[in-house]
Amino acid sequence: MSQVDAKVERDPHYNFAYLDESTKRMLRRALLKAVAIPGYQVPFGSREMPLPYGWGTGGIQVTAAVIGPSDVLKVIDQGSDDTTNAINIRRFFGRVTGVATTESTRAATIVQTRHRIPETPLSEGQVMVFQVPIPEPLRWLEPSETETRTMHALAEYGAMHVKLYEDIARHGSIATTYDYPVIVNGRYMMRPSPIPKFDNPKLDRSPALMLFGAGREKRVYAVPPYTRVESLDFDDHPFTVEKWSQPCELCGSRHSFLDEIILDDRGTRRYVCSDTEYCAGRREAGHADAESRA
Amino acid sequence: MYVAVKGGERAILNSYRVLDEFRRGDRAVPELTLEQIRGQMPLAVARVMAEGSLYDPELAALALKQAAGDTLEAVFLLRAYRTTLTRLGATLPIDTGRMRLRRRISSTFKDVPGGQLLGPTYDYTQRLLDFSLAEPQQDRAEPLPEAVEPVPARMPRVTDLLQQDDLVEADTIPPGDPDPFDLTRQPLGFPADRPARLQNLARADEGFLLSMGYSTQRGYGNNHPFAAELRFGTIEVEMHVEELGFAVAVGEIEVTECQMISQFTGQGGEKPRFTRGYGLSFGYAERKAMSMALVDRALRAGELGEAAAAPANDPEFVLYHSDNVEASGFVQHLKLPHYVDFQANLELLRRLRGEAEPAPAAAPARDIDEVPAS
Repeated sequence: MSQVDAKVERDPHYNFAYLDESTKRMLRRALLKAVAIPGYQVPFGSREMPLPYGWGTGGIQVTAAVIGPSDVLKVIDQGSDDTTNAINIRRFFGRVTGVATTESTRAATIVQTRHRIPETPLSEGQVMVFQVPIPEPLRWLEPSETETRTMHALAEYGAMHVKLYEDIARHGSIATTYDYPVIVNGRYMMRPSPIPKFDNPKLDRSPALMLFGAGREKRVYAVPPYTRVESLDFDDHPFTVEKWSQPCELCGSRHSFLDEIILDDRGTRRYVCSDTEYCAGRREAGHADAESRA
Repeated sequence: MYVAVKGGERAILNSYRVLDEFRRGDRAVPELTLEQIRGQMPLAVARVMAEGSLYDPELAALALKQAAGDTLEAVFLLRAYRTTLTRLGATLPIDTGRMRLRRRISSTFKDVPGGQLLGPTYDYTQRLLDFSLAEPQQDRAEPLPEAVEPVPARMPRVTDLLQQDDLVEADTIPPGDPDPFDLTRQPLGFPADRPARLQNLARADEGFLLSMGYSTQRGYGNNHPFAAELRFGTIEVEMHVEELGFAVAVGEIEVTECQMISQFTGQGGEKPRFTRGYGLSFGYAERKAMSMALVDRALRAGELGEAAAAPANDPEFVLYHSDNVEASGFVQHLKLPHYVDFQANLELLRRLRGEAEPAPAAAPARDIDEVPAS
């Protein structure tokens, strides 16, 4: 089976990638600025897209701005290529660009994602596009945009450290599990979109270009390849990620983020990889699932 | 064994077909035509055009039909279509003093030059269901005969009359007549100037503006407004054509305008005078225009030196939450799967609970270790 799906017919009623060329140029300029100032939120003239705000319009606009006819696109939501919104976005780009799509992380040149970074390591030349609901890491500490922009300008990030400290005082550990704040290139605090903190280490010095698009909030930001991305922590409370005490039930992986599947109303649960393509690839490569070994 | 759900694409395509059926309803009943929607639901069409930021009654009617009557969905359809349109240029500002009026009322003077013109309004109807409308009728009441005297071509605005006596703040074009901020091409920034705010309010959700305006009347940022004038009618839109060297009419649009005036200020040695709140909407949309004028005035509280402590006085709060395409999308995105984040939260909750009290023996054999990130 080929890793790349056949191209679909492009709908000639729309410009390539839906947006007109001057809009794409505006977006690319904003993205170049974002790459030049890693982690800084660049305002841009976000357009109304034919998918609702909050459903990936930022990521869609970023992808539309960078995609070319020879690109191979992968779209995931919650780590899976098969969730309805991922399918819908993939179909949208199939229709308006006619580019080849894939489920393979390795075969993709652009990966648009919501809430996950694939388990398969990314490589040079690949572009990750994140769909971002709320780009401002300080938003839940300070609702005013005027205030938070000033806080970024002054690198005044004490409030976030206080919040994390209060977590430790109250719960004994930091109680932020996703959208865990990071400092990019030693300067700007950035919200890594709501990926689980499990994925935060994958941002650090990644060979791939990471682009973040928030359509409703009209901001883009970026992490260029090989850029330092540090998750906030304290010397005596270092940053940690989740590790499950059992492997994936399907592929036996001990190194992936697992989803909990409720099987009945008596508390029976299964744990399987959230990254479906990674899981399927491991099974094809002959990794045994937990059941067949039992 | 659990197998990841496949076949999402087929399910989506099937949902399109079910939706088509749902929207069409009983096939024994004739299908709605766009002419019917446009001609017989003009207020719905007006709202979709105003909030969709696109003056096109035909497309607004199509959007309403496609959206099965859901105004917000229709607004969204129109906005998404709008994105694909090429901008040819900017029109000249419209002069609402030259509108062909179908309605014009003032609540501040008993009579005004040009007179009060009620026009088509629900204001004085008794809200009794008219059961005669339940069945189509051929012979409705005769249309009103033409007035003996036509409505004057130019009817001065009540606020213009007050401005002549310097009783209301001047409504002057800023020096150099700079191009206004364009909200559809540039992101909103703060502090937002009045043109940017008014653009935001013009496409804002009517219900949101109504509630925000209402809140100022109930004491959250009270500004004692008077409806100096409300007018509804049609006006020609003109565009300056470089090649010709003069302006040509490119079409005619219906608009509703509201001029609210409210409590005077007199700070810094200035003479006290009334201040303005302004509302303008595509089509016949009085509730929208009035609410917009109230909110516009409320957002000026800070610059007019008033206490600006109410929600309607806060530009970030009002302008960031006024757009129903943004709000509807983000509220409804909660329907999308969130199970990765939820799983991360669930694990933390279990761990915190496990630390607080020992887990009962029957609990599923689950735990989670925290390890340093590699």
